[in-house]
Amino acid sequence: MSTIAVRKSFLSTVWEYLTTVDHKKIAHLYLGAGGFFFLLGGLEALFIRIQLMKPQNNFVNEQLFNELMTMHGTTMIFLAAMPLLFAYMNAVVPLQIGARDVAFPFLNALGFWLFFWGGIFLNLSWFLGGAPDAGWTSYASLSLASEGHGIDFYTLGIQISGFGTLMSGINFLATIITMRAPGMSFMRMPLFTWTTFIASSLILMAFPPLTISVFYLIFDRLFNSAIFDVTLGGNTIIWEHFFWIFGHPEVYILILPAFGIFSEIIPTFSRKRLFGYSSMVFATILIGFLGFMVWAHHMFTTGLGNVANAIFAVATMAIAVPTGIKIFNWLLTMWGGSIKITVPMIWALGFIPSFVMGGVTGVMQGIAPLDYQLHDTYFIVAHFHYVIIGGVVFAIFAAAHFYWPKMFGKMLSEKLGYVTFAFFFVGFHMTFFVQHFLGLMGMPRRVATFLPGQGLDLYNFISSLGAILMTIGVIVLLVNIVITSMSKQQVANDPWGDGRTIEWALPSPPPYYNFKQLPLVRGQDTWWLEKMEGNKELPPAEPLQDIHMPKGSILPFFIALGLFIAGFGAMYNPLNQVGDGHPMGTVVLIFGLAMTFGTMLLRSLRDDLGYYIPKEELEDDDAKGGKVS
Amino acid sequence: MKKWGLYLSLLIFALILTACGEPYLSTLKPAGEVAERQFNLLLLSTGVMTLVIVVVVIIYVIVLIRFRRKKGEEDKIPEQVEGSHKLEIIWTIIPIILILILAVPTVAETFNLGDVSERDKVDKDGNRENLVINVRASLYWWEFEYPDQGIVTSQDLVVPTDEKIYFNLIASDVKHAFWIPAIGGKIDTNTDNENSFYLVFDGEKADEAGNIFYGKCAELCGPSHAYMDFKVKAVPRAEFDEWVVAMQNFEEPEPQTAVAQQGKEIFENSCIGCHAVSAENSMPAEARIAPNLADFGNRTRVAGILPYTKENIKEWIQNPGDIKPGNLMYDSANFSEEELDALAEYLMSLKAQE
Repeated sequence: MSTIAVRKSFLSTVWEYLTTVDHKKIAHLYLGAGGFFFLLGGLEALFIRIQLMKPQNNFVNEQLFNELMTMHGTTMIFLAAMPLLFAYMNAVVPLQIGARDVAFPFLNALGFWLFFWGGIFLNLSWFLGGAPDAGWTSYASLSLASEGHGIDFYTLGIQISGFGTLMSGINFLATIITMRAPGMSFMRMPLFTWTTFIASSLILMAFPPLTISVFYLIFDRLFNSAIFDVTLGGNTIIWEHFFWIFGHPEVYILILPAFGIFSEIIPTFSRKRLFGYSSMVFATILIGFLGFMVWAHHMFTTGLGNVANAIFAVATMAIAVPTGIKIFNWLLTMWGGSIKITVPMIWALGFIPSFVMGGVTGVMQGIAPLDYQLHDTYFIVAHFHYVIIGGVVFAIFAAAHFYWPKMFGKMLSEKLGYVTFAFFFVGFHMTFFVQHFLGLMGMPRRVATFLPGQGLDLYNFISSLGAILMTIGVIVLLVNIVITSMSKQQVANDPWGDGRTIEWALPSPPPYYNFKQLPLVRGQDTWWLEKMEGNKELPPAEPLQDIHMPKGSILPFFIALGLFIAGFGAMYNPLNQVGDGHPMGTVVLIFGLAMTFGTMLLRSLRDDLGYYIPKEELEDDDAKGGKVS
Repeated sequence: MKKWGLYLSLLIFALILTACGEPYLSTLKPAGEVAERQFNLLLLSTGVMTLVIVVVVIIYVIVLIRFRRKKGEEDKIPEQVEGSHKLEIIWTIIPIILILILAVPTVAETFNLGDVSERDKVDKDGNRENLVINVRASLYWWEFEYPDQGIVTSQDLVVPTDEKIYFNLIASDVKHAFWIPAIGGKIDTNTDNENSFYLVFDGEKADEAGNIFYGKCAELCGPSHAYMDFKVKAVPRAEFDEWVVAMQNFEEPEPQTAVAQQGKEIFENSCIGCHAVSAENSMPAEARIAPNLADFGNRTRVAGILPYTKENIKEWIQNPGDIKPGNLMYDSANFSEEELDALAEYLMSLKAQE
């Protein structure tokens, strides 16, 4: 009897998640799928470090190494870091601005499913003839020469999930522009909302170049065009430009939300408002703007000429100024505060020195003539892991602890949190600090192995040991999540006690409609303001009335699935470069596209007006203590 | 606690001191003008950046010591400071100054190191004044053509010390990058167009490094990217000139032994379609599809990476796919032991100079 009941509720939960358009549930989906890909990418990283533990190691062969290295980068950037940040954006941003959902809930779900199917598509390459092997940058001459379908999995997978990212970016822009609660002016928005806003506008402008260039590569490999084929009059440098016009803003798409997360955590646990709020906003915008001006610093050795190199060198160094402003503002936020050490705060405290390390090596690489030595060596590997792990991953871990109670109503264990931090932080510095020197000592990046007798053995060994410590840290975090999920606890609205922004005024997790009455925002740090005046809740901006809600839908799932199917059709079409095409490929391509566009048509023709939660039901919830299932 | 920190910083310092690498490979032991200038930029920028880190760390440590929430202060609400224009202006202006300090030498050196205007300068007889070497990168080997000397070699680059040498670089299949860390930064060998730059090999430093520098491919180019090494023999100008003359006059020696004679026959049946054994560059670049073996007897390595022994030559001829997977020669051959011996002996006899 009871097993049937559990089974049924399990299936209904699955169905609920497949059809949900609720930003909080989509946040769970992003967290789950992004977390899964994070573990996958981490495992690939571990294999890389095991292979490089000693010279001429034979743990994996050269081809497999290139596949692991490519998939590690691609997975971490596109399928782990961005989705995990989207998880927190979805969970928190609508609450922070006092909205009941995002502007386009249906699009939000579609964005997730596109990312999900794109990621699955890319990873199926492991089982279908080999993963992509040309690096996450997939430079055109090598990616055209690559055998098998690995690169096609890369291009099609990135394309599908890229659509999703673009949609999510547009959605957040629309949400933040149009859905702010009364009184929530732009200059009252919490920093995480601000950084989400700027990162979304970067997505809007940076993803189209990627989409276009990836389409070109798809056409070259699958339909015999010759855009990048030098022997037929094509040009490969254009791929480098396109890729980095996307690729450089991409790193700001990752780091800005991370800055936002720390700009929430540091004031909260310093019990002090963010120092220099306006300059923080200004610095964010400036970083976003300059982020588009510096792409060619990835191409200093391509041979663009002295003038281009000099201009891009100086532009690159200029980014240090707004970034420095942020660092000092965080330090001064803590200055004079009352700092409480918690797990989110310890990650923030670990972030500051780690990120500064990564930032200064970035400036060093901006010095073009010096970069001729540093480019494509382990120095750059150290640099971007210092900013991406020390910045983005630390932020993801900090936010996991910080927002877990808001997302799931439970606190992650503090004790295990510190254990994770200790292992991961020490392991991280051990892995990557020595890599600076490996690069300076002459070790190129992306090498499947290295020969003995070049003075590189010791540091590679230390680096690999560090990777093992990081792995232990992540395993402890997983244990923590499992233990917490099984515990029966229910935290209050403001479990950290010092919450400052609107989300902490709501139950944990918030009811599915978020706000019974939209709040009236009377200033920056809205919830802190009310608390200081002795208020127990936010003042309402509207009378209690029926709430209009969107209906769930399975259509986003099928729109994305159609592209996933079409991807296989395109890959095995009769024209493809590998020569294993099949007439059925075209049929599958058409079937998949028909599924996508048919479902979209269905969505367009059938009016979905949503539904209303009657006022009476909301009042009833009050009697039950505001808890809504 | 304090002592622990001291030990830690001593340890880090010791690590940094030992972290200079090998003189034939490390950018931290520059052995030429270009690497020297780049090393100076490294020192300057590291200095400035250390200053930044020190300032941040000092503020950070003070904050953590002074402003931790203490017992009995659980309800204390600190003053909510909005900001400080004075401070914010200070930490905007000072970084700008620091960046200007870096930007001036950056721009200057970009133009210095990228200056190839002297490359084609000729004396009154119409001969180029500087040595020019055309580098062609292929999966997974390097060709060095000396256009003014009319010779071609591969895998071992031979250069004179203490003078500017100009390089023109291109790739013949996929993109690679040409890098001799101890001598100077890298430059990509594009498939689309030729790049140019110059390097200088310091005579004294070359002596210290044993006259051999390690060169690397720095751009991912396939499974054997890690094995796409080359070696640089940096010798005084007089010695270089002797080598050039020897190469120009190189004529395939008559095999001295019966075994070598047999090797020559096998070579002429199986290998000569791709591999030239004459240093003269009479063929166009497109036709030079495999490494030139003219001076093979004096190579420093087999296939750019293996120690130069007869056993390794035989192993390479028989199973190149195991040593450099993805290479374009073949994956494996089935020569008999006798044939391999003969081929190896023949190849080792190909010397321009003793």
